[in-house]
Amino acid sequence: MDSDLSPQDKKDLDKFIKFFALKTVQVIVQARLGEKVCTRSLSSPTGSDWFNLAIKDIPEVTHESKKALAGQLPGIERSMCVEISLKTSEGDSMELETWCLEMNEKCDRDIKVSYTVYNRMSLLLKSLLAITRVTPAYKLSRKQGHDYVILYRIYFGEVQLTGLGEGFQTVRVGVVGTPIGTITLSCAYRTNLAFMSTRQFERTAPIMGIIIDHFVERPFGNVGHMHPCIYRAPGEDEGAYNGVEDSQEVCTTSFSTSPPSQCVFTVRKAHLKTPKPALYCSRLSYQSPVLDGAADFCHPSTLNAANPHQMGVPGKEGGVPQQVPVQPCHGAQAEHRRVSSCPPADHVPATPSSSGEDAETSSRSVGVKSGSPCGLLETTFTRKVGAFVNKPGTKVTTASLDLPFAAFAPRAYDLEENDPMVQPPESSATSSPLQGSLHSQGSGESGGPAQDDFVMVDFKPAFSKDDLLPMDLGTFYREFQNPPQLTSLTIDVSSQSMAEDLDALPEKLAVYEKNIDEFDAFVDTLQ
Amino acid sequence: MNCRSEALEVSVEGRQVDEAMLALLHTILLHRSTGKFHYKKEGTYSIGTVGTQDIDCDFIDFSFVRVSSDELDRAIRKAVGEFKDAMGNGMDGMGQISLEFYQKKKSRWPFSDECIPWEVWSIKVNVVNLANEQERQICREKVGEKLGEKVINIVEVINRHEYLPKMPTQSEVDNVFDTSLKDVQPYLYKITFQITDTLGSSVSTTMRRLIKDTLAL
Repeated sequence: MDSDLSPQDKKDLDKFIKFFALKTVQVIVQARLGEKVCTRSLSSPTGSDWFNLAIKDIPEVTHESKKALAGQLPGIERSMCVEISLKTSEGDSMELETWCLEMNEKCDRDIKVSYTVYNRMSLLLKSLLAITRVTPAYKLSRKQGHDYVILYRIYFGEVQLTGLGEGFQTVRVGVVGTPIGTITLSCAYRTNLAFMSTRQFERTAPIMGIIIDHFVERPFGNVGHMHPCIYRAPGEDEGAYNGVEDSQEVCTTSFSTSPPSQCVFTVRKAHLKTPKPALYCSRLSYQSPVLDGAADFCHPSTLNAANPHQMGVPGKEGGVPQQVPVQPCHGAQAEHRRVSSCPPADHVPATPSSSGEDAETSSRSVGVKSGSPCGLLETTFTRKVGAFVNKPGTKVTTASLDLPFAAFAPRAYDLEENDPMVQPPESSATSSPLQGSLHSQGSGESGGPAQDDFVMVDFKPAFSKDDLLPMDLGTFYREFQNPPQLTSLTIDVSSQSMAEDLDALPEKLAVYEKNIDEFDAFVDTLQ
Repeated sequence: MNCRSEALEVSVEGRQVDEAMLALLHTILLHRSTGKFHYKKEGTYSIGTVGTQDIDCDFIDFSFVRVSSDELDRAIRKAVGEFKDAMGNGMDGMGQISLEFYQKKKSRWPFSDECIPWEVWSIKVNVVNLANEQERQICREKVGEKLGEKVINIVEVINRHEYLPKMPTQSEVDNVFDTSLKDVQPYLYKITFQITDTLGSSVSTTMRRLIKDTLAL
């Protein structure tokens, strides 16, 4: 079979298959990041856009892909699979879909490698772009956030579909015949989301502002032999990704029109300064939180044995987005097909960045991540205790808790009879969580401010950035988080006795009788 | 050469017509567009890069991918807008919008160039009116699922790798591709539509009948 191929064609075909596999993973993972993808068309070829498609390369994903491939190519009985799963904030996980890149023995010996195979792979990637938006996991991934996140795992070898539950559906994206076999790309996706409906929203709604960062996962597994890094976005400092070859290759496709059999495909080696494709930055640009003890909530027991990597979007600083819900995320009615959650206001369309900034951003994100204890591609959460926690004399800190939401596990002081939210305070000396910093000084009948009862860790709302404006919106939100009590509920009002009310009643009735004509006219206007 | 013909059918509410048509037409054009060709010496050419963009529908629970080209998007929206106007806003009715890919064949004077279709996509649209908000919500989801199935159908047809025009020389590129756009290069295409009134007959057949009846008198 291989003897029919010229050495150059064989070399080109291997290269095409390799980059096709890498781009396939990029498309799938980027479609599950939870945000819209946007790349620009360029009339002139840049030489670095494989298959003439603007598909950005997220370095971490490329790294994981190459790690999984481990120097091999997808081939017969060597399938490359991308598994997409969902993990809830309680640690439950569920496989949603598995994308398989397989090869069978059916060969197309007459097909032209450097022309037809290349163009058909390009077509197949376009089909993949379309199909990734159609499977049920897409909608779930767009709503990921506080309640659940989407993970991905790349593995090589035999396809495993048992985790998809009963009745999973399969959709074939497409096929490309090559002289060494037929490449098939397909997706098997779960149809039974019953797990979501029964367990997802049975728990009480989290207190506003709390985000558990136990999704942080460490990338473990062998960092084996790194496959040559053929495609590299210029400007990145990919010290960790240096492959065997030091030179950089770019894809320059030249096609000949006369006749079709004479196809000229040149792959030339170029130096590092290849003009980078001007792609829109489709990443969330959040500030990276500073987390001490962020790894405390990493639960090995909840990790998939094969180390699924969490979907996160490398941001500009440190590459870790911070997701802070704007409002309490109440349990929503769960559905089999669609899981509703109250997403944080972080699905903000990313601003297009310049081409140079992309390289710097990604290099920065790589640099930070290599030193952090967290996974390469992750969503890190800050943990805060909300405003309504009432634990007099007790400070809840992140380091003191072993379990997520442990502060809200049923304990003596959390019981209803002790909960000031349920039982109103009996005396003015009792501090109320409703009283905040804006409680007026004039009405000093209440107790001390309730700020001592909880710890706010670095409030950074997703909707307000402090790099441009002095956090007007964030300041406003924080200040008015604890509004003062209504005057009608103050002690002054309640101190009036009923006798005084009854005495004032005849006077009020007399006034109303005097103005009865006005009241009647008003009622007439309403009719 | 026989023209390949594919038919799709969707039932939508009046306000969903635009987005449903855009979703399907853009999905087809995504697969039938390449980067701009740049011809060099010795008959070789290089191809530009096609970018893509995710679009969320407002009236349908659906998202689709289109080519990142504002010019192409404007052209498609214009055609879909004309189709929707012809359908009548908010009225029950049926219509069909067709996306035809063709090649031009140069003819000698005085004959004009011949347009030879090689692929035609016909999308039949059935517009329904819904009574209340609950039905509309169900329709949002159902139409989203249906459009997903149609996208899968489109991809299945495209990946059969049936006839595609040969890559043209520089002198003939305008006979195969639409080179008027700045950033991408779709195959030559045209969009036509046909409206069927509520009685089930098309306007053209009604006119034909009228003329025949008149001549018969």
